[in-house]
Order: sequence, then structure tokens, then C-alpha cells
Amino acid sequence: MASRAGQISAALLGLAVAALTLGSAAMTAGHATDWSLGPADGAALRFTLLQAALSAAVSGALAIPLARALARRRFPGRSLLIRLLAAPFLLPVVVAVLGLLAVFGRAGPVNAALAAAGLPPLSIYGLHGVVIAHVFLNLPLVTRMLLQGWQAIPAERFRLAEALGMPPPSQFRHLEWPMLRSLLPGAFATVFLLCLTSFAVALTLGGGPKASTLELAIYQALRFDFDLGRAALLAAVQFGLCAAVTLATLRLTPGGVFGPGVDRAGGVSSPPGWRHGADALAIGLAVAFLLGPLLAVMLRGLPGLAGLPLTVWPALGRSVALSIASALLASTAALTLALAVTRGQSWLEIAAMLPLSASGLVMGTGLFLAVHPTISPESLALPVTLMVNATMALPYLFRLLLPEARALRADYGRLSESLGLTGVARLRLVTLPRLARPLGFGTGLAAALSMGDLGVIALFAGERTETLPLLVQRLMGAYRMEAAAAAALVLVAASFALFWAFDRWGAARAAT
Amino acid sequence: MKTIPLAAGFACLATLAAADTPVLDVYTYDSFAAEWGPGPAIEKGFEATCGCDLRFVTAGDGAALLARAQLEGAASAADVVVGIDTNLTAAARATGLFAPHGQPAVTGLPMAYDDADFLPFDWGWFAFVHNKSLANPPKSFEELAASDLKIVIEDPRSSTPGLGLVMWVKAAYGDRAAEIWAGLKDNIVTVTPGWSEAYGLFLEGEADMVLSYTTSPAYHLIAESDDSKAAAAFGEGHYMQVEVAGKLAASDQPALADAFLAYLVSDAAQNVIPTTNWMYPANPLTAGLPKGFETLIQPEKSLLMAQDEAGALRDAAVAEWQAALAK
Repeated sequence: MASRAGQISAALLGLAVAALTLGSAAMTAGHATDWSLGPADGAALRFTLLQAALSAAVSGALAIPLARALARRRFPGRSLLIRLLAAPFLLPVVVAVLGLLAVFGRAGPVNAALAAAGLPPLSIYGLHGVVIAHVFLNLPLVTRMLLQGWQAIPAERFRLAEALGMPPPSQFRHLEWPMLRSLLPGAFATVFLLCLTSFAVALTLGGGPKASTLELAIYQALRFDFDLGRAALLAAVQFGLCAAVTLATLRLTPGGVFGPGVDRAGGVSSPPGWRHGADALAIGLAVAFLLGPLLAVMLRGLPGLAGLPLTVWPALGRSVALSIASALLASTAALTLALAVTRGQSWLEIAAMLPLSASGLVMGTGLFLAVHPTISPESLALPVTLMVNATMALPYLFRLLLPEARALRADYGRLSESLGLTGVARLRLVTLPRLARPLGFGTGLAAALSMGDLGVIALFAGERTETLPLLVQRLMGAYRMEAAAAAALVLVAASFALFWAFDRWGAARAAT
Repeated sequence: MKTIPLAAGFACLATLAAADTPVLDVYTYDSFAAEWGPGPAIEKGFEATCGCDLRFVTAGDGAALLARAQLEGAASAADVVVGIDTNLTAAARATGLFAPHGQPAVTGLPMAYDDADFLPFDWGWFAFVHNKSLANPPKSFEELAASDLKIVIEDPRSSTPGLGLVMWVKAAYGDRAAEIWAGLKDNIVTVTPGWSEAYGLFLEGEADMVLSYTTSPAYHLIAESDDSKAAAAFGEGHYMQVEVAGKLAASDQPALADAFLAYLVSDAAQNVIPTTNWMYPANPLTAGLPKGFETLIQPEKSLLMAQDEAGALRDAAVAEWQAALAK
């Protein structure tokens, strides 16, 4: 039996996350003098829902063939490629947008090729541009979630299917589809909620005020109009949507699917013939789509590297320390919550998903209001950023860990209990080895997300707390685009190195 | 140089250790206090005579700055706020947080500007910046709307230049503003959250022109020895951005705050402005403007709405902009 202390600590953690997200919004609301939504807020809500739903659907639809191709093919450099493909998710938003524009923009190679072929130019600005950018940013995450699903199907199920003479379509129906059914709702919800709070991408690529999102309205309310009531109302709308989507996911996700296997590698077979070509095409297209803009980011950054201001290095040090600390905090919290959910404290699932719909700006403002009269905000800049970043990364980690934690509970729970394996021993011998892969990947993601985050630090930062994303923004704001591109390259390289280290740690420790 | 990576806690200790020197807290926007901005030189110059410690606390841009002061209210540690945009001074005054600055009016603006509460320290004209290789740059909004040139602009709901552009069209065209925006709609490639994204897109070749300042080409000329950029002169006149500083009524160092404001508009501090903030100084410089500024366009007509008018028109003008472009 799970210890009482474990349940209580998980519940407290869930409450702390809810307090940070809902509480900060309530704090903002508490300072409001007026409560009303603007006339354009309805249109912003509609556009926000539309782009988020499209982005999530397209990301999911494209991730299935890509993850399947990666799961059933073995080729040199495969594991390197899988790690590299995660990179877009790690990019700071402004960098990602500029990278995409370098490829798809007016002066980019895609339009150059179209012009050479005598075709009309393609404009990336509009709803489709917003969706392209969100797919670019989120396809890697969904692909990794699904790839883990394929890896989690016990190899002997595929052996059995082959021994029964099942062709690939039947294998898909009996083995792969049930796995997808259990993972896709969660993946869809994650991307949907992530796109719900989109601001810079939607506005820059949306082509105008038609593409206004709720988050922009929050920004406007807080920064320009100082209308705390409207900001809090909009934040409440975002939280409501988040809770609804998470509850729907909960209902749509079936329970344990496969039962335990004997952990033999091999897994899904590699069908020959045209399917080989189709898989190669899926991987090739994904590489071009995901790595092209990344290459552009690198090429833009290289020329300015020599002329970087010296403040880059202390800012980098601060960012790295901050992101490692918040990644470790986030993974401990996510593991605690995911294990608690599998033990039946299912309300914690909503608590763990809440931060996805939290506006960083509202959270920052709420915390600012909470600490300001008593403590100087600058002296708290780094601890607050650490806490907020860990909270913001929690849902991804949680989403990655939960399916595996459920499988672990279904497959090994009874065995562990009959052996009397509890507490630290169970964590060390069963839980950590079985969950090492998603834990390593998730911690890596959390570290990288924290590296790229700008939201909260900008509100609290003083002279001596500048992080690298803030420096990139300051350089861009002072005409120094070349130095900004170089600093962004340093940022991306550091994010990726952190992600790589954690992901490798997880893969090396994984019990399978 | 503030390059030593002191943790926040150490910063507090350092402040305590130096507690016998008075501290003047100046809230300003990011790029003012950046190492390449006017902040460091002004800090050094003022600290040389004031016997105090000048601390910059930064918050995003001009709008974020005012929001920060409002968030903190009367409990704010700020003594002076530097960098509020004139389109927001009506809102700033309404907070009741600011006290009269007591300085003589500045004389370097193209029009008289005398405000008891807010002291201008620099200013500029908004303009569309383009590459000199662009043939026949437009000479008015109407010509721009009639052309098939592509422009990038900033969102008035999240950036002060974006708001400046909306006020520019409103000041120049009044009731015809919606019509002008409808004409410009197909020229607008996209609308960005802030100035830096828009300018970045322009430099990447995403648009022929970008909404910036008449002084932008001076940056490229002086800092990068690149004379390929120019600003288009518009016949209807150019709207101005005037950046102002204000003294907090609740300041615990009112005398130091007054001394700082006097220093901010003195020749020593004003000399730093053109090549760090890339704006015009609020008082004429005894040594004249830096070499390179003489190449910039000089609009014949300057537009600036009275502050109360700007405050009253702002929401309606932004709604008009939004409605025209969202069609």
C-alpha cells in the first residue's frame, strides 16, 4: 500500500500548483476595480480556439506516420536524429519565428524555388502560418510521446501477431491503434492548451489583428490599460478551457492496454516494399521541415559570435543554473503527482495540467502583487523565476510520465506489493528504472523550456539578474540584430546540450 | 561594468553595506539601462557629483514601466520614472503618483512642450524606414496605400510605436483614418507584438518598409558604417514620440530626484542620447548633433496630439484600426 505520507505530500503539491496558477490570477483579480471584457475579446476567444484546435489536430495527424516510421525502421544515426528532431520544441519563440521565416518567408528558399519554377509566391502570414509555426514547435513533442508508446508495446505482442500471419494493417488495428487511442487524447490536449496561450507566434505570423489571441488581450489589459479585472477575467476563461479540455481527455483515455511483457527489444516489425518508401518519405519530409529552420537559425547566428557582448556569459551561467534547478524541481513534482494519480488521487491530473493554461504574465503579476509590499521584487527575481518555470514545465513532464506510470502500476503494482516492496526501495528498484526514459526526456525538455523562458523574469529582473533570453530581447531592442542572433544561437546550443544530457541519462538508465 | 554575476541576495547585502550613501531608484525601460544604452554614461556622470548611488530598475518598455509603477502604487521604491511615452502621460497623470518636476521647459523640440508633471528628455519622429535601393518611396499614406509595397507594423495594443502609428494616421486624417487603414490593409505583411520583431523582419527582407523612426538610418550609418537605409518623408507630416521622465510624489529622496531630472536635461546627459538611444535630445546640444545626423530627413510638419486629446482618442482610434484591418 502506498503510504499515507506519500498521499498527503502529493495532495499538498497539487494544492501548491493550483495556488500558484489559480492563486496568482485571484491575486490579480483582487486588485481589480472594474470587471468587464472588451468588445473584441469574443473574437479573440474564437480565433484562439480555432488555431489551437487546428494546430493540435495537424500535429497529431503528422506525428502518427512520423513516429511509426521512426519506430519500425533502424538506420545509422537514428537515435541522433530522434534527439535532433526534438530541437524545435526547445527554441525560444522569437528565434523559432525568425528561423521559419528564413525558410518560408518572402526572401526564403521556398519562395525562391517557387519563383524559379514560375509559380506565384507563397505567403506564410495568416491562419495557416500560425498553424505551420505551432506544428513546427509541437510536432517534435507529440512524435516523442507516440514513439514512447510504440516502444512500450511489448515485443512479444508483435511476434505473436507475425506468427499469426497478421499483415501490417491488422497489426495496426490490434496493437498500434489501441496504443494510439490511449495516447492521442493526452497529446492533443497538451498541444491544444499550449497553443491556447500563444501570443508572439499567433500575432507575428497571423498577419494582423484578426489573429488576436486571449493572451494578447491579457498583455494589453495588463501592460497598456492596467485593467487588472479584465486580465483576471481572461485568465479565468483560459483556466476554464483548460479544465474542460483536461476533463474531456480524462474521459476519452482508456485504461491499461497491454499488460506486462518480458522486456525484449525488437518490437514493431519493418515491413518491406512500398511501406519502406513511405516511411523514408515521412522521415525525409520531417527532417526538412523541422531541421531547415534550425539550420537557418545557426547560419544567422554564426557571423555575430565574435562580436558578442561580454554580458552573455554571466547571463548564460545564470540561465543554465536556473534551468537545471527548475527542471529537477519540475521532474520531482511531476513524478510525485503522476504516481499519486495512478494510486487513485485522480483530481491531481487537473492540478498538474493547470499551468499549461496559465498566462505567464498573469502568474508573474499575481506573484508580484503578493510579494511587493514586503519584499523587493528584484531580490526574488531568480527564486520566483525558478518556481514559475518549474510550474510551467510540470504539465509536459506529467503528460509524458502518466501513461508509463499507469502501465507500471498495472504491470508491476501487484508484484511489488506482494513482495512488500515500498517506499525508497520500490522507487529505486522498480519505479525509477521503469520510468527513466520519459523522466530523462521530460527533465531535458523542462530544462530547455526554462532556458528559453522570458515571461516572468522580465517583470522581476533587476540589474544583476539578467538571463540569456532577456539579453537576446534587449539586443534586438537596440538594433543589434546580429549580436541578438548570435546570443540566440548560444541559447539554443545550451538548451540543446542540457536536453541532450538529461535525455541520454534517461535512455542509458532505462530498464528496457 | 556590472558584469560580475552576483546573485540577487548578494545584491541586497551590497546595498546594506553601502547604506550610508543615499540611493536614488530610477525606473526605466530595458534598452535605456542596457550597457549600450544611455543609462551607464548617465549613471556615471550623475554619481560623480551627487554623492549618491543611482540604481536603474528596468521593466520592458514604456508601457510596462507605467504598469510597474501602478502595480507598486504609493509603496513603490521608485524616485524617478524615465521613459514614459507621451501617448500614456494622460494615464500616468491620472494615477496621481507623480509630482511636479519643477524644471524649466526644454527647448529642443520642434514645438513648445511645457508640462508641469512630465519632463521630456528625448524625442523622435515616427517614419517608415526602407532600403535606399527602393525606387520611388511613397510620399504619403495615400501613396503608400495605392502602391503594392509591403510594410511591417507594430500592434498598438502591445507596443508604443504601434500606438504612435495609429495616432499618426488619426492626427493626419481625422475622420478619414478608417478609410486610410482600409487602403493600407493589403500592404501590411504582418503586425508584430513589438518594435524589435518588426525591425528584425524588415532586415530579413520580409517587407519593403517598417514603421520605425527617422533616426533609424543614423544607427546603421554611425554604428555599422552602412548608409543603405533611409526614412520616407510623408507630406502630411510625421507624428512625434516624446519620451518623458517624472518624479514620484512618494519619493523618499525628493531633492536627489530633482537634481537627477536637472542632470537628465543638462548638456552632459543630453549629449549621450543621440548615439545611444538613437533619438533627438530634448535640449539643443552646445556641440551640435553627432556627424551623420545631418543626413536624416527633416519633416516639415510635426504632428503631436495634445495629451488629453490623445488619452481620450486612444481607445477609439485603436478600435478603428482593429475593425479596419480585421475585415
